[in-house]
Amino acid sequence: MDIEKVKADILKGVGSVPLKTVRQSLLVEDSKDLLAVAKFLKESPDYRLDYLSSATAADYLEYLETVYHLYSMEKKQGPVTLRVRVKRDNPKCPSLVALYRGAEFQERDNFDLFGIEYEGHPDLRRIMMWEGFDGFPMRKDYQQEDSEILEMDDVDWLDKNGVKVPETLRQKAEELKKQGKRAVAERRAEDKS
Amino acid sequence: MAFTKNISQVDSGLKSELEKKGIVVTTINQLYNWGRRSSIWPMQFGLACCAIEMIATACARYDIARFGAELFRPSPRQSDLMIVAGTVTKKMAPQVVRLYNQMAEPKYVITMGACAIAGGPFIDGYNVLRGIDRYIPVDVHLPGCPPRPEALLYGLMELQKKIDSQEVESAEWYRKDLKREYPVPDFGPNGLVPKFNPEVWQPREEDFRRERYGQPILIGKKNKAPNLDVVTVPAAAAKPAAPGAQTIPAPAPQPPATEAPAGKPAGTGSI
Repeated sequence: MDIEKVKADILKGVGSVPLKTVRQSLLVEDSKDLLAVAKFLKESPDYRLDYLSSATAADYLEYLETVYHLYSMEKKQGPVTLRVRVKRDNPKCPSLVALYRGAEFQERDNFDLFGIEYEGHPDLRRIMMWEGFDGFPMRKDYQQEDSEILEMDDVDWLDKNGVKVPETLRQKAEELKKQGKRAVAERRAEDKS
Repeated sequence: MAFTKNISQVDSGLKSELEKKGIVVTTINQLYNWGRRSSIWPMQFGLACCAIEMIATACARYDIARFGAELFRPSPRQSDLMIVAGTVTKKMAPQVVRLYNQMAEPKYVITMGACAIAGGPFIDGYNVLRGIDRYIPVDVHLPGCPPRPEALLYGLMELQKKIDSQEVESAEWYRKDLKREYPVPDFGPNGLVPKFNPEVWQPREEDFRRERYGQPILIGKKNKAPNLDVVTVPAAAAKPAAPGAQTIPAPAPQPPATEAPAGKPAGTGSI
């Protein structure tokens, strides 16, 4: 589908909404307009984009982005890609669950892995990782644990369960606790730069 | 894994002579182990794509029934063998350990495939356990991605060899001083707590490749094979090259030259 035509139609149908084309996709610059744009695309007789094929996210370091792919089962056309950018420190984005029921689990997945909070989502909680997991592992600044080094939590747990902990591992854990550090996996050289 | 054969007091020649006359001489151990190894009941339990190969092994073409292990039981209480077939995610790991604890003695574990052994291609993943041997003892490690059914049969035969080598008097499941149940890890804020059970598995003290390549090689963090890099080996650590071995080129800022295929003549262009 011609993205410029889609953009012009949305501007005609919804009103003056800040939109930008990024390659073959539409960037909704103000996340508040997302629902109106999606509603227009779903209900307009020219488009009838009634199928949300994917709701995914990406981390661009300066901001987070949610990406929606919309198709039309009725008119056999698509996709139209919508992007919404949210701030890293306040990642709030309107939810599309009201329009597309299929967005529910995918938005939960984005919340789980990227920490994007969807406003209006009926049941926003982690879906892949367990409750009590800290951090959002698909973000680029996520610090993964070093799974070769025991921390004091592990040592305490092992003591509680009657497992012998070798002295060298215990000393290392105590040292880490004294420094107030966490055992973090080393990153690749190209990630550091 | 060292196998010790059951050494019978009876001379093997005499034994075969006696067998011709219809007299069988055996030991309790031999008889007992023959019975146990010929009727292993695996647990019906697959985690990822390796499970497909396991299913193929159980089907008619490869026919694991030839080794007496065709009865896949859906309950850990009824099975002797756990085939950990596939990637063990951190979310699944506590369940796997719990299943192991619930199995009846004597119990054995085969880790099938690279993921179950050490995390495989997903070793860097935040969600993947780097090998189930961090929490439970493993009898046979079966590499491959995934291993072919023949490989699984071979692993089963290796396990049968191990069973053959055990003795009733010293069997670990009859001993009171050995732990045969392992604590089930908990979900923590950054991963599993504990990261491993030091009674079962401990990390290597030092990465042996540091000495060899003159620089730390991070496990699983490479874009290309490390031997394609031009590496300066400190003179003290350098060992005399084996005859016929490729000499290490001098460090120079050039693309790795060793990549050129040796068998191809230099003048061959595109076809």
